[in-house]
Amino acid sequence: MSDLLFEAKGVEVTYGQSQGLFGHGRPGVRVLHGVDLKIKRGETVGIVGESGSGKTTLGRALLKLVPVSGGTIRFDGQDITNLSPDAMRPLRRRMQMIFQDPMASLNPRHSIRQILTEPLFLHGLATDRRDAERQVRAILDRVSLPPVTLDRAPHELSGGQRQRIGIARAVLMKPDFVLADEIVSGLDVSTQAQVLNILKALSKEMGLSMAFISHDLSVIRAVCDRVTVMRFGEVVEEGPCETVFDAPQSPYTRLLLDAIPLPEIDDGWLTRPAPSLETAA
Amino acid sequence: MAEIVTTTADAPVPLRSLPMKTIKPLLREPRVVIAGGFLILLLLIAIFAPYIAPKDPLEQDLMLGNMPPVTSPGAEPGYYLGTDDLGRDVLSRVLYGSRIALTVAFVAASLSAIIGTLMGLAAGWYGGWADRIISRLVDIWMAFPPVLLSVLLVAVLGSGLHSVIAAIVIIDWTRFCRVVRAETMAQARLDYVMAAETIGFSRSHILWREILPNVAPVLIALVSLEMGIAVIVEAILSFVGLSLSSDIPTWGGMIAQGRQMIHQGWWVFVFPLIALFATVLAFNQLGNGLRKALDPVMRR
Amino acid sequence: MTQPLVAIEGLSAISTRDGGAPVLRDVSLTLEKGEVRGLVGESGAGKSTIAKALLGILPSTVKVTGGFIRFEGRDLLAMPRRELSDLMGRDITLIPQDPQTALNPARRIEAQLTDGLRLKLGMGKAAAHERALQLLDEVQIRNPERVLNAYPHELSGGMRQRILIASAFALNPKLVVADEPTTALDVTVQKEILRLIRRMQEAHGTAVIFVTHDLGVVAKICDRVTLLYAGKVIEDGATADMLTQPKHIYTSALIAAGPRYDRPNAGLEPVPEAVFRQLRAEIGIAERRV
Repeated sequence: MSDLLFEAKGVEVTYGQSQGLFGHGRPGVRVLHGVDLKIKRGETVGIVGESGSGKTTLGRALLKLVPVSGGTIRFDGQDITNLSPDAMRPLRRRMQMIFQDPMASLNPRHSIRQILTEPLFLHGLATDRRDAERQVRAILDRVSLPPVTLDRAPHELSGGQRQRIGIARAVLMKPDFVLADEIVSGLDVSTQAQVLNILKALSKEMGLSMAFISHDLSVIRAVCDRVTVMRFGEVVEEGPCETVFDAPQSPYTRLLLDAIPLPEIDDGWLTRPAPSLETAA
Repeated sequence: MAEIVTTTADAPVPLRSLPMKTIKPLLREPRVVIAGGFLILLLLIAIFAPYIAPKDPLEQDLMLGNMPPVTSPGAEPGYYLGTDDLGRDVLSRVLYGSRIALTVAFVAASLSAIIGTLMGLAAGWYGGWADRIISRLVDIWMAFPPVLLSVLLVAVLGSGLHSVIAAIVIIDWTRFCRVVRAETMAQARLDYVMAAETIGFSRSHILWREILPNVAPVLIALVSLEMGIAVIVEAILSFVGLSLSSDIPTWGGMIAQGRQMIHQGWWVFVFPLIALFATVLAFNQLGNGLRKALDPVMRR
Repeated sequence: MTQPLVAIEGLSAISTRDGGAPVLRDVSLTLEKGEVRGLVGESGAGKSTIAKALLGILPSTVKVTGGFIRFEGRDLLAMPRRELSDLMGRDITLIPQDPQTALNPARRIEAQLTDGLRLKLGMGKAAAHERALQLLDEVQIRNPERVLNAYPHELSGGMRQRILIASAFALNPKLVVADEPTTALDVTVQKEILRLIRRMQEAHGTAVIFVTHDLGVVAKICDRVTLLYAGKVIEDGATADMLTQPKHIYTSALIAAGPRYDRPNAGLEPVPEAVFRQLRAEIGIAERRV
């Protein structure tokens, strides 16, 4: 069994392409330009970039939520690049996602119980209602939420609680891989810490592979083993966190790191010129 | 409020079952309660008309033609709202008229809703060719003048409730289709739909179990508005004599009749008009109230 | 002794929507001329409410139940409408949070930038145009003519925020309220904007109230900081002191909760429940609210 869970090579994604009638098609906008990404089993890889970097698109491409216009994606050795939606369906249990906006990612008209138990039934992971209830209560406990939460609707929970439900939903099916797309961006720093600690603990317990998308390099450092830095749809630098953070090779990475305001006094920070993008490594 | 770490049981919101959770906010909205109450009353009147109405609505008594309502001098006791020129009791006819109004309202609105919703869901969710065909169909359909279509239908199908209902449904399904299509497309963009896809639910499961419950609030509100519209359309059609025969009491028919003899007896014109106005107002307010009460769930 | 520019004394307010729940509890703080003060806190702490109170734009659901907001000695809360709207937009201005929605998409930049100049200073069209060009130059926008003629959607987020900053400083205000002005921006753009705000502030001698949830931003641009929780001031002091020697356990807990890219083994410590218990006890909140 290969060590690599995900292997993406030369992935290209184009939006807005259309065939049109009689040759009046549109070429579309290329959002990812030949991106490579490798994720090992049990590894957490951070994908970082600013707006327009393509990081969100890359995550969605891995999960085949957006069509891939070039390159290949292998999941656990299998080429999934051109699989049809029907063929993808049985694989979906093994690759899950946690979303950025905890309000929008839980169906407002469903109860938490429904949101958590339906996937179990879909994939035959629960023998009956009692078994499903047991599993769901167990996962709620794991994310530090009380069982009464099951009877609530999403709008009755706080942002942090909803995000924990999002985590619970993702890991409930015991996937191999979880994509976390800016999952703490809208949260207060103490809630963020709580949510990330839960995620890290779960991921270690379950041996999950993760792709952690964020614009916040500090969060990435705290959560990830490796990091891929993206800009304008391309990979600018990638490597283990210690290497990239302590000795960044790319001028863009240095620019990003320099721009982060740390909570300590540094009188020159504002006036110091940012590292130039032209300087060679 | 700052996020507070909760590790043990908390229950800031008292526990209620899910159906109660949706009904409670409805009952808090005054428009829903008042308008809904009125319509339930109207429904009861329509069902129990034979027991409530003081006289037979069809019974003519030429000796008692054009009697004014009890408030005016020269009124005939027992005919509280007066009589028309054929001596028929206005009150009883207005009460019976609610039957026609509500029948048309419920049947026409439901059928339009069903057809329009199915088309709208298909167009909004499956997109592609389904959307292109359905949207084009709606555009063309809406270009047809509705009055002409109604008249045509009545000419073909013969006058009667069935043609009135058919006319309304055939014209108004497009309204539902457009609204449902737009709402479906808006919902489809939200993350919970993508979440359902990542879990592996089928396209049709997502449409019926995830999206439809979120389209429902807008739809329910629209059905209520449509009922008001249906009542008006029926009144207009019976005003111009394209609905039922003039013997069976309809509010539109009574208004038409009353208009002609407004100087001899204003009551034949006014009372059905009030009934019509109140009913349509009630449907509109119910619709507005429902939309407001059902929507804020998301907006908190 | 000169009086401070802004003196908020014992400001308390409740939310009429939440059944009278307090949003501000006896808040007091002062701001000197030319000082940059950070208003920090997590969501719901009340920092935005204070900012809105300063700008006179408290929503109708928030009712002030006590205290004063003195600007140059005059109580803003007791000021007649006329005087207040005279003050706003001239002596007290706003840098809003979201550059996407803060500009009117249907009007060109020139119109929006010159609004204040023409309304408050009575400038004519040509004079306002010249001044607008100067302002854009001050915020280092190249091609100012082209930008003036453009619509907001044609410009980047960073560019729009620069314009909003230009607009805020246009009339040489005494106080600028910056309401999370960099939260919606990329981190590299944030640094440029912070630099710009600092430069403009120094050049015009303006005091700034900087609302943010980010302690890092506070460290870089604020001279003094006020930390809020549930509408109450928890700690208040010079930024350097608060960050290196926090007096309250909540302050140190917040600092510890934030991850740092330069310290892989630090941060991500959630604020302990004990801290919240103490806070609640201090403030006098009887039960937990979520």
